[in-house]
Amino acid sequence: MAILVFVETADGELRGSSLEAVGYGAALAQQLGVQASAIVLGTNLSQDKLAKIGNYGITRVLQIADDRLNQGVIQAYSNALGQVVSAQGITTVVLAKSSLGDAVAARLTVKMQAGLASNVTELPLSVAGGVFKLKRSVFTGKAFQITEVKTANKILALKKNAFAPVPSSDSATVEQISVSLSEADFGAKIIKTDKVTGELLLPDADKVVSGGRGLKGPENWGVILDLAKALEAATGCSKPVSDLDWRPHHEHVGQTGVKVSPNLYVAVGISGAIQHLAGVSSSKCIVVINKDADAPFFKAADYGIVGDAFEILPKLTKALQAL
Amino acid sequence: MKILVCITHVPDTTSKIAFMNSDTELNKAGLTFVIGPYDDYALARAVEIKEAQGGTVTALNVGLAETEPTLRKALAIGADDAIRIDADPTDAYFVATQIADIARKNGYDAIFMGRESSDYNGGQVHGMVGEMLGMPSFSPVMKVEIEGTKVTLAREIEGGKEYIEASFPLVLGCQEPIAEWKIPNMRGIMSARTKPLQVIAPVSQENLTSGGHYELPPARSGCKFIDASEAEKLIDLLKNEAKVL
Repeated sequence: MAILVFVETADGELRGSSLEAVGYGAALAQQLGVQASAIVLGTNLSQDKLAKIGNYGITRVLQIADDRLNQGVIQAYSNALGQVVSAQGITTVVLAKSSLGDAVAARLTVKMQAGLASNVTELPLSVAGGVFKLKRSVFTGKAFQITEVKTANKILALKKNAFAPVPSSDSATVEQISVSLSEADFGAKIIKTDKVTGELLLPDADKVVSGGRGLKGPENWGVILDLAKALEAATGCSKPVSDLDWRPHHEHVGQTGVKVSPNLYVAVGISGAIQHLAGVSSSKCIVVINKDADAPFFKAADYGIVGDAFEILPKLTKALQAL
Repeated sequence: MKILVCITHVPDTTSKIAFMNSDTELNKAGLTFVIGPYDDYALARAVEIKEAQGGTVTALNVGLAETEPTLRKALAIGADDAIRIDADPTDAYFVATQIADIARKNGYDAIFMGRESSDYNGGQVHGMVGEMLGMPSFSPVMKVEIEGTKVTLAREIEGGKEYIEASFPLVLGCQEPIAEWKIPNMRGIMSARTKPLQVIAPVSQENLTSGGHYELPPARSGCKFIDASEAEKLIDLLKNEAKVL
């Protein structure tokens, strides 16, 4: 029995959500009394950065240093991981839910004949007899379910904030491994990537500031961006805002958009339709700022301010800068 | 072009979720069931492709007899025929096995479905089906354009999107804005009644996971209001009371 944590990179850095998965994998290994390793595909990261995975609890890092894996080609990734899993005797794969992680995990499930639990929100409630009892988020954040995974091989796809690692100064040793990939594995070609760089990614963020139609137009987003910058938060928006093209689709938070579970979620000018609430309900602390004292969102909030966002937000930004 | 569109039968997105039988079962009383919102996008795009290029669209659902009105709606929207695999969709692997089995028998150029169901949100079935059939799979796909044998896709990634060139056959997990949802018109609704809906027994597949009891998220203790004139007090509360700064 052994655990493998799949680690993703973004802009030449380790992804925050993957580091949570590393911490989770290390804690799970301890719970089970087994070894854990982490794996990184491609050569996007320097060896120093790979060694930093050790800070989060796993000191054995495997790398497949094949430049073709610098792009997240789904089939190549799943075939590479399938080979690593059998060569290394891996029984449990842990990863953070993401656009790449989900796509790869699904294919890996078939290769491993593994039971897969998605949107896992904490360490197993029990691992007795090799059966994992896992709490996971269902009905788009409206409920949780305890799922049992009884198969010998298991895959756990984690929801953001399933684990809060405490970084140490431990460093990881990086081992190079190789797998055999064919041209067919790279048959689907990524021809172009349009991606913001240097911005905090919404699914990785510990804090999120979202704006809704109450901001009246895309030209008024400055107050949101300023507050997000002062908070070191990612920016999100409601569905109408993304439908109106005021903000890009990848910022849409809610039932049919990105589901977030940050420590702090600040909603500005968003009334709080049930579909939006579903996407944010597992946030630790929710702040709602709205002109309308009857906005349903206040019922789901921890802190509320009734008033004009264009007056309130600059005050908050200033107070944060003074900290 | 022969397209299979897999649809889920899920509570409407505005539903309040409640459980019964000691929290082991969804309380369906008062819930309206619909085609999964992401599946609705997949279906709309498949129908557009069929209308532009010819071919057929088959709608498939793994579910008990209660899901037939949802399949009829897919027929009203523009699917030519429907298949219901007569089984409770107990886990993603079970559902993927059923879809792969039908696909092996019937042979499709493309299999479309939503990026995830809005009940269990696993987002896994498309990838599993792809692997089972040895076809490439892509998700979440927000654009698909077809030119001869070449397929161009836009896949949403964190912070943006990537454009992919692929070829048939393939499996896609779709999301907005791949197409506009289609509202069935009267002609569609009338013709849906007589379009073929085949009921097929499932192939055997052991469940790899099993669902236990449900819990609702803990209620928030209530909203503490701060007067707008002293908004900056919020920062102090977030730092010292909520401890999130």
